[in-house]
Amino acid sequence: MTQENKSNADGFSQRVQKAVRQFGAPRLIIIGFLFSLWLSALALKIPLPALLSDTLVRLGMNTVLTLAMLPSIVGGTSLFFGLPLGIICGLLGGVTAIELNLRGFPAFGGAILIALPLAIIVGLGYGWLMNRVKGSEMTVGTYIGFAFVSLMSFGWVTLPFKNPEMAWAIGKGVRVTVSLQGRFNNILNDFLQFSIAGVKIPTGALLFLAFMCLLVWLFLRSRLGLAMRFAGMNPKFAEASGINVNKMRVLGIVISTVLGAVGILVYAQGFGFLQLYQAPMYMGFIAAAAILIGGASLKSAKISHVILGTFLFQGILVAALPVANTVATLGSLAEISRAIISNGIILYALAQKGGEA
Amino acid sequence: MNTSSSVGSRFVLETKRFFVNNAVTILFVLIGLAGLKISGLSLPFFLDDIINRVARNGFLVLSLIIPVLAGLGLNFAVVLGAMAGQTAIIMATHWGIGGFWGIMFCAAVSFPFAYVMGMLTGKLLNRTRGKEMITTLILGFFANGIYQLVYLILVGTLIPMKNEVLVLSSKVGLRTTIDLTGGLKFGLDNLLKIPLSLFSLLMGVVLIAVALFRFFRARKAQLAKNSSTIALVAGIVFGVALAVWGVVQMRSQTMFSFLKVPAATFAVIGLLCLFIKVFTATKLGHDMNTVGQDGHIAEISGIATDRIRVTAMIMSTVLAAWGQIIFLQNMGTFSTYGAHENVGMFAIASLLIGGASVAKATIGQALIGTLLFHTMFIVSPLAGRALFGDAQLGEFFRSFVAYAVIGLSLALHSWKKQMQGKLK
Repeated sequence: MTQENKSNADGFSQRVQKAVRQFGAPRLIIIGFLFSLWLSALALKIPLPALLSDTLVRLGMNTVLTLAMLPSIVGGTSLFFGLPLGIICGLLGGVTAIELNLRGFPAFGGAILIALPLAIIVGLGYGWLMNRVKGSEMTVGTYIGFAFVSLMSFGWVTLPFKNPEMAWAIGKGVRVTVSLQGRFNNILNDFLQFSIAGVKIPTGALLFLAFMCLLVWLFLRSRLGLAMRFAGMNPKFAEASGINVNKMRVLGIVISTVLGAVGILVYAQGFGFLQLYQAPMYMGFIAAAAILIGGASLKSAKISHVILGTFLFQGILVAALPVANTVATLGSLAEISRAIISNGIILYALAQKGGEA
Repeated sequence: MNTSSSVGSRFVLETKRFFVNNAVTILFVLIGLAGLKISGLSLPFFLDDIINRVARNGFLVLSLIIPVLAGLGLNFAVVLGAMAGQTAIIMATHWGIGGFWGIMFCAAVSFPFAYVMGMLTGKLLNRTRGKEMITTLILGFFANGIYQLVYLILVGTLIPMKNEVLVLSSKVGLRTTIDLTGGLKFGLDNLLKIPLSLFSLLMGVVLIAVALFRFFRARKAQLAKNSSTIALVAGIVFGVALAVWGVVQMRSQTMFSFLKVPAATFAVIGLLCLFIKVFTATKLGHDMNTVGQDGHIAEISGIATDRIRVTAMIMSTVLAAWGQIIFLQNMGTFSTYGAHENVGMFAIASLLIGGASVAKATIGQALIGTLLFHTMFIVSPLAGRALFGDAQLGEFFRSFVAYAVIGLSLALHSWKKQMQGKLK
């Protein structure tokens, strides 16, 4: 009897250990950190509904960018550090839509439509390169992304945009930030917005992200999507069964690039500005960190990882700032915790055996 | 006739190979020369700037060589070493230790910090085999977060520090810039300054000596080829030119007569070159090379691969810490939260422009690369203004080149490896 009890207890602790291992220690720490932030917010009498509203808005803004990591990971090219390339395509779409003097939903839709072909072309080129640097996708991708951002800084100065909302009053080029006021500022956030118990729900943004997730979910279950997942999971076996692995890798990257382009437009409508020049540089790391926090690894990822990860990551960033400001005026704490958490989680994922976090 | 034509064609072939192998470096020589012409900089002004920049950055670029030897690729985590160096500088400034002995103090204090950080980096890299470079890159960002946490938030809260000059008026966190004037500024540079003319003469002599040494060593090892003769002739020609120019300048009053060279700093850089040269010939250096060539073979022949890799990281991190101290004593102002950020990127871009790759880097490549990269650094804003009427465009061009050089050379290396894998 005692023997049995003991073995039961052992079984239980083993099961707990296994569950923790499966769930991942860093994820537990991050969830714990988020709850402790929320508790301290309560203790410091910071209104929780406002925090939750902000978190939901940020979730709506950032999820599509995080989603852009998924096809690349599933397609076998690991974290998509070339995200700035997609982002720049999206920004070009947004800027062109304003130049065409579009407003409201046509502006948002138009921006996406203009960005799509650009993102597909850029994605094809980037994918071609990634097939030549197998094993170094992340390092090469990072620097190609950085180089592209600098090259486009050149472009932003020289592109002949005329609209006074964007052009510098003196000299050439586009401003560093372009306001979306009267264009497509908050277009998704304000769509069907309502409040429950003081928490504002950005219905449009959440619906849009649900729609994007659904599209990706459906794609991953299509014949082509299944082939891509197979190629990513086991390239040699896939090649043997007649799947063109290189093509599947490019496909994943093209979808990721397109999602990056759409993602930045969703982000910009919530933020109120298009941020040009150097701004896209580090956005890839933020998105990578978010999906890893959600439970993805360098080789596998699910839609649930995207949503959970973005919620946790943005939740911490939203809560850290007011909490830190009340304790002491340490304005940079949010920025610092972002750097530590996002890069820490990427390092953790890199250090896992065989890339399985 | 037959032989003469074959000698001729061999010469053509070798010249061709020289240009193909050094395409990147040659391209940057051309970019630098064109930029210099377009910017309209006067030669003495340019020389003064470039000499200072090479003195400032040479040590840091050289600190990258050992990890390349050990097969760890380009060590983006030199940023951690830089942080260790800066930690020592903050301490020295806080306690008011300046001058040459201040530099020595910094070198000593930064050592344990850099040692521990290098060890931890090495251990991490042993867990991320095959992904070393992306790991060191992300590690640099991560460490930057920790660094900011310590100096922006913990100083004044957890770490007691009372110093009105260094700490912000809110009593928490260090100021964003720290002036090293009257303290560590020029602590090493001012130890010995010599006129440019004398420096040129000395460099000429060193160049000739190195060229002769290399030639005779190659001949002794019976590896002497046409290329080593060409290298010897080129070395002697350049060396003599430098020496003659120096002697001529010494005997006349020109615009160059006022230029002074921080000879002590160059001496330290020279010592590091010598150290690396000697180190690669030791048992440890050979082992490191074996590990870098083929980890599997190294493991079989009884080399403790993991430990060697950690050692390489420790050496690189410590050297980077000292390099950053040299960098900052020359700068004179220390941007507390920004000085280390671009250290890795600029040093790596310099090394690659010199013709190095992920798998092979030499002292010569490091030095030439530093010279070329910083030439571009000086001339590009000015050339940008002259060409487009906008200095900012030149700056964008500069950062584009730094990123693109790193991205493309990493891509080329990986591509080459893939092609070789297919041929096997």
